[in-house]
Amino acid sequence: MTISIDSQDPNTKSLQPKGWLRYLSFSLDHKVIGIQYLVCGFLFYLIGGTLASAIRIELASPMSDFMPRDVYNQVLTLHGTIMIFLWIVPVVNGAFGNYLIPFYVGARDMAFPRLNAVAFWLIPPSGLMLVASYFVEGAAQAGWTAYPPLSITTPQSGQIIWIMSVLLLGGSSIFGGINFIATIIKLRRPGLKLMQLPMYCWAMLGTSLLVVLSTPVLAGTLILLSFDIVAHTGFFNPVLGGNVVVYQHLFWFYSHPAVYIMVLPAFGLVSEILPVHSRKPLFGYTTMVFSIMGIVVLGLVVWAHHMFTSGTPPWMRLFFTIATAFIAVPTGIKFFNWVATLWGGKISINSAMLFSCGFIINFVFGGITGVALAQVPFDIHVHDTYFVVAHFHYIVYGGTVFIIFSSIYHWFPKVTGKLMSERLGILHFAITFIGFNLCFAPQHWLGLNGMPRRVAEYDPQFQFVNQISSVGALLMAISTIPFLVNVFLSIKNGKDSGDNPWNALTPEWLTSSPPPVENWVGEAPLVEEPYGYGKPISQEN
Amino acid sequence: MTTLDSSKDIKKNESEVSEHHEDFRMFGLITFLIADGMTFAGFFAAYLTYKAVNPLPDGAIYELELPIPTLNTILLLVSSATFHKAGKALLKNKNSDTQKWLIVTALLGISFLICQLFEYFNLPFGLTDNLFASTFYALTGFHGLHVTLGTLMILIISWQTRPKEGRINNQNMFPLEAVELYWHFVDGIWVILFIILYLL
Repeated sequence: MTISIDSQDPNTKSLQPKGWLRYLSFSLDHKVIGIQYLVCGFLFYLIGGTLASAIRIELASPMSDFMPRDVYNQVLTLHGTIMIFLWIVPVVNGAFGNYLIPFYVGARDMAFPRLNAVAFWLIPPSGLMLVASYFVEGAAQAGWTAYPPLSITTPQSGQIIWIMSVLLLGGSSIFGGINFIATIIKLRRPGLKLMQLPMYCWAMLGTSLLVVLSTPVLAGTLILLSFDIVAHTGFFNPVLGGNVVVYQHLFWFYSHPAVYIMVLPAFGLVSEILPVHSRKPLFGYTTMVFSIMGIVVLGLVVWAHHMFTSGTPPWMRLFFTIATAFIAVPTGIKFFNWVATLWGGKISINSAMLFSCGFIINFVFGGITGVALAQVPFDIHVHDTYFVVAHFHYIVYGGTVFIIFSSIYHWFPKVTGKLMSERLGILHFAITFIGFNLCFAPQHWLGLNGMPRRVAEYDPQFQFVNQISSVGALLMAISTIPFLVNVFLSIKNGKDSGDNPWNALTPEWLTSSPPPVENWVGEAPLVEEPYGYGKPISQEN
Repeated sequence: MTTLDSSKDIKKNESEVSEHHEDFRMFGLITFLIADGMTFAGFFAAYLTYKAVNPLPDGAIYELELPIPTLNTILLLVSSATFHKAGKALLKNKNSDTQKWLIVTALLGISFLICQLFEYFNLPFGLTDNLFASTFYALTGFHGLHVTLGTLMILIISWQTRPKEGRINNQNMFPLEAVELYWHFVDGIWVILFIILYLL
């Protein structure tokens, strides 16, 4: 990557590595750290995607003929853990958050640059640890949830490495969250009010609150789990008088908010992208802010809807059903706000816009199945079936990953000063959208008809639908090729984008592309109306 | 943009940052302590759930002796007061007094740890005996780890407050204030732990 920044201070320039070597250094620049997160996350996405392909190859036939059953379990465990902890969470929070938040608050860096670099550099070693755990005797095979007693009774050395790796990643996530909260609350440029911040700031504030409040509970739980494995205590081991349901409660106290940690930033990013490409102000800014905060509060009190079949008492089922159904209200408000933003706009059909619209379609579908899953009778019917797999892939892939791609197309000119090829971008979108829906839509049917998840073998009557799903997965794997070609070609000989190719009004576009080391020449601009499209331009900056 | 401009920017930026630096770091620390507190909250929730729903095997001992933990509570509460004294002395620029109070605080922390170990060795149950025993050791052990870290940090800052060459003085109080806040936090957790684990 040859991203040259010509406006550096001569002193700092001699101290820091130049060119692409910066991205391998312990850099304190939030822009470098953001790209480090993105590239590192994408590499792990390729590993996790390879594992997903292996799963779909195995499921193309009803027998376990591609790999033995225990290897299948190890592969799906590693797939889930990598995708969540090393791709989605670091990229949608760490990558875009680090790159954009300082611009949005009018700062030159994050509040704690050193902590920021530490948080990033925790990720590659713990990611490698996680991958290495697969090759150790007794690789983790209890799924990304690591439910006991399975996780404490199967061979365990891999599981221990898995736990340590997830603990480190959790630490990285907490450091990042503290940094975002401090940056958004404390580092705002004088004169910039909270209610003038671009929506992604609000999304990251909400996400970081969830990270800080819930990730430590996961850490504590995993420490207890490792005690069960190493010291043979009985916290979660029924044989020794322990209680597996307590693990589930503690685990989902983190892992349900984790869904919002993965999807709230995507809500923020799509709220940045839609107004720019439809030339209209973001519809319902204030309701958007309150729905984000509503989701944060409700997101912390719905965890037991993952446990309706774990012997939860009736009052608990009632409470968690109602609370979960309530989340549909703020989420629905956001959905209608996005549609209303598009409504009557001057829409440019480009890659960023297509992926954002794909997000809206997939996400509303995943949202509807989510509301369905909150209903106890329905949930009991489809619990641990492919219906659940389809639901959460619609949220995390159809939702968040679509937005990650949309954001890459949108902010690529910002980072490199080059435009990406629209032709390849639209091809990428078409293959991804068709492949994704082909892969996951049929799984709803499979789940409703009783195909269990996390099992290598299945009833032969499901073979045809599984093969459709596998073809979809193949398309998804192929879709990364036009994307990667596009990225490399555009970096090498992409068209010059100019400073602000989309004529956007959010602060990150009001400086050169790529931005100077200190983000702005002179004072940071005061952007009071980040979405003031369709109005006479009043900003002198 | 010329290089001259950018170097000016950097300088200006540095001065801006150092003006507010104190605030950020305290704010960050408080956020971190909230996160740390959530770990304890998870442990307490697990303990209380076990207590409510998981019967212990016959003959399991789950009554604890009160004298040592009561003494420990007093030790920690007094140590919070002595730490506060240290901060007050530093405000008045009396570094040697600060150092004395810090060392007293560290000694109180060490006595707490010794008492805790003494209790461990005299308990009739071990880590893996039953669910109550495991939870007891996990909770007190995790807290003890916090006290150990705190004591080490107090010893470090007491070295750094030595008169003249020390880097902590009333111009640079942040390290002392940070460790003080952490220490009060650890005390607060102990009081909650004492009530939930020993008194309930």
